[in-house]
Amino acid sequence: MNALVNLVKLFKFNGGVHPPQHKQASTTQPIRVLQATLPLVLPLRQHVGNIPHLRVQVGERVLKGQLLAEAEGGISAAIHAPTSGIITAIQDALIPHPSGLPDRCLTLQPDGLDEWTVLTPIDWQHMEARAVVASLRQSGIVGLGGAAFPTHIKLRSDGRSGIHTLVINAAECEPYITCDDMVMRERAADLLRGIAITQHLLGAERCLIGIEDNKPEAAAALRAACDAADSSAQVIVVPTIYPSGDARRLIHVLTGLEIPSHQRSVDVGVQCFNVATVLAIYRYMRFGEPALSRIVTVTGNVARPGNFEVPLGMPVSALLEAAGGVLEDTSEFIMGGPMMGFSLPSPEVPVTKATNCIIASTPRLFPPAAPAMPCIRCARCAEACPVSLQPQELYWFAKSDNFDKARDYKLFDCIECGCCSYVCPSNIPLVQYYRYAKSEIIAQDRAKEAANLARERNDFRLMRIEREKQERALKHAQKAAGAKAEAGKTEPSKAESGVQYAGDAAVNVAASPASAQAEAVKKAAIAAAIERAKAQKAAQAAQNTAAVNPAVAAEMAAIDARRAEAAALAAKINKDDVAEAAAATHAADQHSTINGVSAQVASSVTSNSKEPS
Amino acid sequence: MSRSPYLSSAPSVSVIMLKVLLALLPGIATYVWVYGGGILISLALATLTALLAEAAVLRLRQRPVLPFLMDGSAIVTAWLLALALPPLAPWWLVVVGTLFAIVVAKQLYGGLGYNPFNPAMIGYAALLISFPVLMTQWPSPLELAKVSLSFTDQWHYIFMRSLPLGVPVDAISSATPLDYLKTQLILQQPISDISNTPIFGWLGGRGSELVALAYLLGGIYLLQQRIISWHIPLAFLATLTLLSGTFHLFAPGLYASPQFHLFSGAAMLCAFFIATDPVSGPTTPLAKLVFAAGIGVLTYVIRVFGAYPDGIAFAVILMNMCVPLLDAYTQPRVFGHEK
Repeated sequence: MNALVNLVKLFKFNGGVHPPQHKQASTTQPIRVLQATLPLVLPLRQHVGNIPHLRVQVGERVLKGQLLAEAEGGISAAIHAPTSGIITAIQDALIPHPSGLPDRCLTLQPDGLDEWTVLTPIDWQHMEARAVVASLRQSGIVGLGGAAFPTHIKLRSDGRSGIHTLVINAAECEPYITCDDMVMRERAADLLRGIAITQHLLGAERCLIGIEDNKPEAAAALRAACDAADSSAQVIVVPTIYPSGDARRLIHVLTGLEIPSHQRSVDVGVQCFNVATVLAIYRYMRFGEPALSRIVTVTGNVARPGNFEVPLGMPVSALLEAAGGVLEDTSEFIMGGPMMGFSLPSPEVPVTKATNCIIASTPRLFPPAAPAMPCIRCARCAEACPVSLQPQELYWFAKSDNFDKARDYKLFDCIECGCCSYVCPSNIPLVQYYRYAKSEIIAQDRAKEAANLARERNDFRLMRIEREKQERALKHAQKAAGAKAEAGKTEPSKAESGVQYAGDAAVNVAASPASAQAEAVKKAAIAAAIERAKAQKAAQAAQNTAAVNPAVAAEMAAIDARRAEAAALAAKINKDDVAEAAAATHAADQHSTINGVSAQVASSVTSNSKEPS
Repeated sequence: MSRSPYLSSAPSVSVIMLKVLLALLPGIATYVWVYGGGILISLALATLTALLAEAAVLRLRQRPVLPFLMDGSAIVTAWLLALALPPLAPWWLVVVGTLFAIVVAKQLYGGLGYNPFNPAMIGYAALLISFPVLMTQWPSPLELAKVSLSFTDQWHYIFMRSLPLGVPVDAISSATPLDYLKTQLILQQPISDISNTPIFGWLGGRGSELVALAYLLGGIYLLQQRIISWHIPLAFLATLTLLSGTFHLFAPGLYASPQFHLFSGAAMLCAFFIATDPVSGPTTPLAKLVFAAGIGVLTYVIRVFGAYPDGIAFAVILMNMCVPLLDAYTQPRVFGHEK
């Protein structure tokens, strides 16, 4: 079974490109493990999702593996101490991000003792899968292929229809990057244990490991490990073509399934994990070891390219030093591969969970792009696009701010893999145009939602004012009618005027049943809206609390109780304003949905842009 | 800062244009062999005019001059126009045609990448409408000419319109096979008789069929270099073959054979060099097929039923008009979407 042959039919996607691989240089030596000596800078946001909640203070001594920040909200990941030491600062610092903007970071001064906290392995075989996945929330494990999406969320079943296939992304299609390759060569047995756990948690019937044919050693190691472990996982060698490592592309190549644009892979019964992520899952289950380090490829213009197991937070400069230092002419440092990576704002930024590769670049290695020429509509980009988009049209629409058309031409299906720019004879920075158009569209959508919300609020306010006016008029009329009736009884002599008043009252009474009915309908509608809002909130609360541990659940219960108390108090103060309160809740819900949607879009944009690696 | 991808594999626009020029060389060489060196004068004139006009307009439009001159697109336009004109056309005809192609059809629409019509064909059509007599005065191939002109004689003829003493214009020019076929068919001559005249060769016109073969060779080079895709040449040639074949099959006395249509006039030049212009052509594979088939149909219709002996220029321009529509209605299915 060691031969590189497949027994399964493979599928093709449109286009793709064959950039030179340059993977040889960093695979000559085994993975070297680095110790933390310099201060570690740990950005709180190393993943897609919410910033985690801090659990330590400046000056506190922490142990290796100790929780520093806890996952907060639905999509988030925890941060742990990669070594023992003292927290010396919590402040904004430069992080490895294309924006070059600083973000909140913890600084940990290692004490050199590397003293572990007490780790508790997870007894996954004898626990309920749900509980195991919930425990992963504490692990800090995120997708290590570069997308950095919290892993525990991908393992949550959420009552979805069954997942039949686990796909392990071992394609590593970007040039230069070899960290997954080396992990497979050296840690295949542990990797398979991780696969077994993941498959068990998902309840998947089969596991397909997709690996490009430029990694024969890794494929052989995996197959040997499969045989040794008597695993049912299938190692499937796929042709080397960028971007086969993009999850949607890889799933298509392996299974022929095409994930509908607006759905996720789980909707077609497939879940996909990167090899390093699965290995991290294994280490967490077997030893209770959270995400403390990752494998990083250091290559390009360095003396001794290779792969390193790096404690998170280590400055990139120290990593480059470990690779023998940078050579002459180094002009910049690229994080990620040359197709989708970005230039680091400084070599002093820390290694994060998303750092899969650091390339020391020179103008010779990656020549600066020639000046862009006009598009000659040669359609090479369309031939290369793995999503079958028409990049030349999208470019035209993005350039002319014709965003509606760009959306019509499926701009948001673009995965920003860079194939189009790679083949463009006019050197047009196409991906940058698409990113610009996407961010503009998202911003416009947000503005539109905000305007809608404001209009809704205003409509409600006008309605409320109108209602109050009617209520006052009704009260007034009733009072007047009552008074006149009284007056009619006591002063029959003023019959003439009494008759007139009675007539007025009759008119009022005649009018009031209709308005009262309308009032009743309105009230019922408001009550129904309140009920709906409550039900929605309850459903949300149920969802959110599904995956939290008892301590957090207790805390949340306490908060809920406080909120209920406050609500009761408010109701007591102003019973009439219940409707308004309901409106506010409604508005708040609306607002949170908008945020949810935009966060989702933003995260899908980022995750899309990071997937192939 | 993200400027990914950091890698690039594509040949630049200049290289693409250079390869197109390279692919034209066998055709030009054959042209010289068949008609004499006069065509080289036309090519040089057109090239010079194109570059000067391009530079002047870029200057007026305040665009960088050198990068756009270096892209080579103006030279490609100039060469295609010069090769489409009669080889001994007067110098000013070449200059006027080139000026029209570069200034009006290309630069006034925004320059490289923005012209909706094929500039060379616009230049050609403008000349054909304005100077129909000059545009149909083709010299005989050297092997058929009663008097063969030397290069100097051709030079004099192009610039001064003067021929050596005692040589009448009729002695050096003759009708093109397409032209001759048309007029003879009007005179109710059967095809078999018409094609027995010496101006017909074994495929198309004597001599010109060799030039067409050389263009085919250059076209194959462009395909092999992946400068052009197979869709347009194949769809165009196949449509032309199918149409002429059908008519020829049912009335061989009235309609010329498919090989005659393929190897006469500008059919081969159009298949690989003119219809394949990316800027004014469609981009999706299906649109390319429809576009080229449309040119094929129109060419045949104009040749056989129209007033002009050859219809390539008008066919290309008419189909250029359809390009935005063709592209819009032939969008391929995007991954993860229903059609």
